[in-house]
Amino acid sequence: MICSIAEGRVFAKENLHEELPEATLLALYRTMVRIRRSEEAAAALAESREIRCPVHLYLGQEAVAAGINANLKPDDYVFGNHRSHGHYLAKGGGLKPMFAEFLGKATGCAGGRGGSMHLIDTERGILGTTPIVAASIPHAVGTALAAKIRGQDSVSVSFFGDGAVEEGTFHESVNFAAVQNLPVVFVCENNFYSSHLGLLKRRRCDNIYEYAAGHGIPGVAIDGNDVEQVYRAGRAAIARARSGGGPALLECRTYRWRGHVGPAWEFNLGIRDVNEVQEWMKRCPIKKLGERLLALGIASQEELDRVQSEEDAAIAEAVDFARVSEFPPLETMSAHVYA
Amino acid sequence: MRLLTYGRALCEGLTQTMDADATVFLIGQGVNSPWYVGNTTEGVYDRFGPQRVIDTPVSENGVTGLAIGASMAGMKPVVIHPRMDFMLLAAEQLIGQAANWNYMFDGQVNVPVTIRSIVNRGGEQAAQHSQALQAMYAHIPGLKVVMPATPRDAKGLLIAAIHDPNPVVFIDDRWLYGVEGEVPERYFAEEIGRAKVLRRGTDVSVVATSYLVQESLAAAERLAEAGVSVEVVDLRTVRPLDEETVLESLARTHRLVVADTGWSMCGISAEVAALAACRGMYDLWAPVERVTLPCCPAPMCQPHETAYYPRASQVVAAVYRVLGANAVSYSRLAAGIGTSIPFSYPPVSADGSRLEAAESTR
Repeated sequence: MICSIAEGRVFAKENLHEELPEATLLALYRTMVRIRRSEEAAAALAESREIRCPVHLYLGQEAVAAGINANLKPDDYVFGNHRSHGHYLAKGGGLKPMFAEFLGKATGCAGGRGGSMHLIDTERGILGTTPIVAASIPHAVGTALAAKIRGQDSVSVSFFGDGAVEEGTFHESVNFAAVQNLPVVFVCENNFYSSHLGLLKRRRCDNIYEYAAGHGIPGVAIDGNDVEQVYRAGRAAIARARSGGGPALLECRTYRWRGHVGPAWEFNLGIRDVNEVQEWMKRCPIKKLGERLLALGIASQEELDRVQSEEDAAIAEAVDFARVSEFPPLETMSAHVYA
Repeated sequence: MRLLTYGRALCEGLTQTMDADATVFLIGQGVNSPWYVGNTTEGVYDRFGPQRVIDTPVSENGVTGLAIGASMAGMKPVVIHPRMDFMLLAAEQLIGQAANWNYMFDGQVNVPVTIRSIVNRGGEQAAQHSQALQAMYAHIPGLKVVMPATPRDAKGLLIAAIHDPNPVVFIDDRWLYGVEGEVPERYFAEEIGRAKVLRRGTDVSVVATSYLVQESLAAAERLAEAGVSVEVVDLRTVRPLDEETVLESLARTHRLVVADTGWSMCGISAEVAALAACRGMYDLWAPVERVTLPCCPAPMCQPHETAYYPRASQVVAAVYRVLGANAVSYSRLAAGIGTSIPFSYPPVSADGSRLEAAESTR
C-alpha cells in the first residue's frame, strides 16, 4: 500500500518547492536521528523488560514530527497521542526526563505517573500527551481559542493518526476551529493502520485530507517521509494560522515500521505483509535526507556519522540517568488528587 | 438582605466573575438562549461579546474538550450543558481527561474548567431529558461535584467553582430557578466541600441534595407542626463529601434520612448511608432511610411523573419510618391531625392503585 501523493491545491506551490537553508536541513537531520536512535533504545529496553509500560514506537515516522516542530516557537502548543515520543523530542523535550518516565521514575517528565503515553514539558508548550484516540484534538483547539481570546500569536498543532479521523471528536474539533477561525494546524499522520486494521478496511476511500474541504478549510496530502516537504507544508500552514488565516489539515502519509505497541515487527499476524514493510523501509526519511545532504555537499559521511554518535552518547547518558533514578515514594501515590 | 431568585443569582455570580477575571469565558450549546438556560445568562452576551460568550455547534465532547484545552492554557472556561443528559457525550473528556490530567502529569498542569450541568425534569420530557447523574461524576477521583440548593449558594458556589484550579461539575436545577432567598450583592465565594445545617432539629437529620433540600425544609416545617424536630443538612458538595458535618448532625439526632435527586443504587444516598455505617454506627438508633428516585428511568406521562419524583411528602414518610412511627399518613399530617393510620410507601390504596399523596408541596 505505497501511497500516491495528492498535490495540495491550497498552499502556494512555490512554498512547497523552495530550497531550505543548510542549517535547517542539518537540524532536521539531527532531530530525526535523535528520534530514531531513542526509539531503537526504547525498543531494546522494552525487549529486555526494563521498560514495562506500553511503548508505541515512532520508528519510520520521524520526518513528520521533525518537519512540523521545526516551524514552532517554544510557546506554541503541541498535542499528541500514544505515539508521541517523536513529537516530544522534536518540540525540544529532554532525553533524560523521557527515559526516566519510561522507567516510571520520579525524575521522569511526569514524575513517573504517566509513562510512555503521557509525556509533558510545559516549558516547551507540551501540556501533556494522551492516548485516548482523538481526545487531544479538542485540547489543541482549546489552546488556540485561548490564544485568540487573549490576543496572543501562538499556534497550536494537533498530531493524530489515521484512526482518529474516525472519531466524532475529530470532526467536532475541526468544525469548531473552522467556524471560529482558530490558529490550529491539524496534522494527521496517516500510517495506514489503526492498532491492527488497515486503512481500507476502515474506510471506503484513501482520502483523509479531503475532510478539510468538507469543513471549509485548506487540506493537503503530502509525503510524510520527505522531511523537506513536511517542513515546507508545515511552515505554510503554521504561518497562515499565525497570521489569522485559520486552521488547516495536513495529511502526512507515512508508515510505522514496528507493530502498534511494543518492539515487535508484527509480520506474521495477518495484519500486514513483510514486503510492504520492506518497501516503506526503503523510503526511510533519514536515509533520504542523508543522501540529499551528501549529494548537495552540505555534510560528509563522517559528519553524518558524528551526528549519530553524539545522539547515541546523549541517549546512553539518559538511559543511565533513568536507571539510577528512584521510583516516586509510595506515600506520594495519591499526591495531586484534590477531590 | 436583598432577595434574589436562584436563576438570577446564577446570572449575577457569572457576570461578576467575568467582570473580575478576564480569563473567564462562557461556552456551550445555547449559552445565550433562554430556551436552554433560562435567565441564568441574561445580559452576559451584551456585556462581554462574542469573544467571551460562545454559542457552539452541537458537539458536546469536542466543546468540553476544547474548554479543557483552554483551561490548560490558563483560561477559566465555563461550559454549559443545557441538559445533564447531553453531557454523557462528553463523559470521556470529563472523566478520562479533565479528572486525570493533574494527577497523571504530577501536578504540573491544572484544568480549571467549570462544567455547568443543568438538570431539567418533569413536563413529560421522558427518560433522556430528565436525568440527575451526580453519582456518576462523584465516583471519579479528580472531579469536584457541587449541587447548590439555595440562591445564595447558586451564586457563591458558582464563583468558587470558576476560581477553583481544578475541574468542577456544577449541577444546577431548573426546578430551583424560581426559588427566592437572601443573596449578598457583593462578589463572594462559598467554600466547596462544606455542607451546611439549614435548620436545627433534635429528632432526625435529613441530609439532602439540590431541590430535595427545599422539599426537606418544607417537610421539616410540616413535621414541626406535628411535634417532630427535624434537622436539615444541605450537602451542597457531593465530592468531596463533608463527612464531619453529616456525622456531627447524626451524633445530635441519632436518626438519619438521606434525600437525593438521583437513584439509590451506588448513589449519593448510598454513600451517605455508608458513611453512617462506617463512621457513625454507634450514633445510629435506627436504620437509615433513603428518599431517592424509584429504580427505573424517568417516565413520561404526568401521573407517572408525579409519582416518580420525590417531594416533601416522601421525606415526611421517611422521617416517620426512622422514628419507628410508620403510622402517620402525610395527608392527615398535613391537615394537622396526629394519627395512627397505617402509612404505606409508595402510597397505594387497598386495591393497589396509587393515591394522590405525592402532589407538589409548592
